[in-house]
Amino acid sequence: MESNGGVDESTRLLRELQSLKDSKRDIEARISVIEAQLQQSQSNQLLDKKASSDCPNCVSDSGHDLTPDMIYRYSRQLLLPSFGVKGQSNLLKSSILVIGAGGLGSPALLYLAACGVGRLGMVDHDVVELNNLHRQIIHGEAYIGRSKVESAAAACRSINSTIEIIEHKEALRTSNALEIVSKYDIVIDATDNAPSRYMISDCCVLLGKPLVSGAALGLEGQLAVYNYNGGPCYRCLFPTPPPTTACQRCSDSGVLGVVPGVIGCLQALEAIKLASLVGEPLSGRMLLFDALSARIRIVKIRGRSSQCEVCGENPTLTQQNFQHFDYENFTQSPLSPAPLKLKLLPEGSRITSKEYEKVVKNGNTHVLIDVRPSHHYKIVSLPNSMNVPLANLEEKLPEMESVLKGVESVYVVCRRGNDSQRAVNVLHKMGVFNAKDIVGGLESWARDVDHRFPTY
Amino acid sequence: MQLTLEFGGGLELLCDSVKIHSVDVDLPSEEKQLTMKHLLAWVRSNLIKERPEMFMKGDTVRPGVLVLVNDCDWELSGQLDTTLENKDVIVFISTLHGG
Ligand SMILES: [Zn+2]
Repeated sequence: MESNGGVDESTRLLRELQSLKDSKRDIEARISVIEAQLQQSQSNQLLDKKASSDCPNCVSDSGHDLTPDMIYRYSRQLLLPSFGVKGQSNLLKSSILVIGAGGLGSPALLYLAACGVGRLGMVDHDVVELNNLHRQIIHGEAYIGRSKVESAAAACRSINSTIEIIEHKEALRTSNALEIVSKYDIVIDATDNAPSRYMISDCCVLLGKPLVSGAALGLEGQLAVYNYNGGPCYRCLFPTPPPTTACQRCSDSGVLGVVPGVIGCLQALEAIKLASLVGEPLSGRMLLFDALSARIRIVKIRGRSSQCEVCGENPTLTQQNFQHFDYENFTQSPLSPAPLKLKLLPEGSRITSKEYEKVVKNGNTHVLIDVRPSHHYKIVSLPNSMNVPLANLEEKLPEMESVLKGVESVYVVCRRGNDSQRAVNVLHKMGVFNAKDIVGGLESWARDVDHRFPTY
Repeated sequence: MQLTLEFGGGLELLCDSVKIHSVDVDLPSEEKQLTMKHLLAWVRSNLIKERPEMFMKGDTVRPGVLVLVNDCDWELSGQLDTTLENKDVIVFISTLHGG
């Protein structure tokens, strides 16, 4: 058995290691900033020297202000006739804000940093988690537990130390949105929830910023440019928010990593087109991506609605009341990704995962019903549990009667402890009065009973 | 009338997870033309297998569902009054929020 001294020692070592790593990171960041400054001042000197040498007009003659380093770094874009020096100069003078450094924001930020956007801002309040890495490819294992913005900014700086990168380590809210968004020319919505999408679109209309909006879930993605050059805003298209039950999240429904990757890349592309004034933005149109059948469809959507409450002829939303608008209430769903914690059952109809552990250890006769969908059950399950998805519970009950008869108790478990309560209500209604749910589901089992039990 | 109906953005889950349906819809009696209003009622009773409230609200689609007739927003063709022709492709897609 380990002595307390051993535990203290390893805690101390871990702490020292973390503080050394933090210092190392700060020093590395400082080094890259100084290197960039040095490079900048050297190339400026070079330009000055050139300008004052035997060829006094050779730099201004070119009609642009790209430095030799910039010309070399961006040469493959300069060689594009339709993009060229003009497009690159416009890009270098532009500023783009990416809201959300997750599955969509990851590739968008990488490409925007690489291609030479003059000022690149990023907003996110979240920290990197292991189950993000399959799709949020800007983050690495070393950053697990640390700020997504810090991680993304470091990755962007390591690709391009010559652009300005601005970190907003906070959630975008009505209280700070106007101030943050006003500092940029173009906005990319790379968030993952309905209230944020309405809030960002409204904010962009109030400030007159074009918005590149992308979304992905499961094996599908959607992309559109809103509030551009007289085109529609998000509210013109969706004046009424969808019911909460229609707003699935990646943490519940799943998502194949490369799907938000594709949409995030297309968001970067649309933002680059807007910033460089090249090409035809995806305004008044929407791109629908279906990964499973390998189909991309571009559809024509309605124009700006004169009835729109935000961008229409008689808008009701102003900068003043935007700051007090309750988007969570409007969409009936939360801005933060904290999962729902329902309380539908009285205490007497519930047991904790620790109490359930005792039931198992004491050998009490019982049945454990796992009401998650079968593809969840296949990922991981408790021993001796039977899988009856909530959707099928009522119709399956007659078949289960013989199993449920004669046991002391019936316990119901799910992933987080919401569906299990709904299931117990169904069972009570159908006459199975000894049914109880396990509070907090398999997540609480993993947290309070068996730390090695996989979570997802 | 031969029509192709497509469901996406999760709406396919309401019709046995099948995304593309080639269907034959008869004109309602005493009507000269098939409108989207007729089609919605037909879809609701013939294709939607569960949670119809996730597809419709009143006599139209629920908020957050885009309807496209031949790749064009139905707002541009008259919504429920849009008249359909043989071989038309109608897409019902739920807006996504994930990222
Ligand atoms: Zn609008």
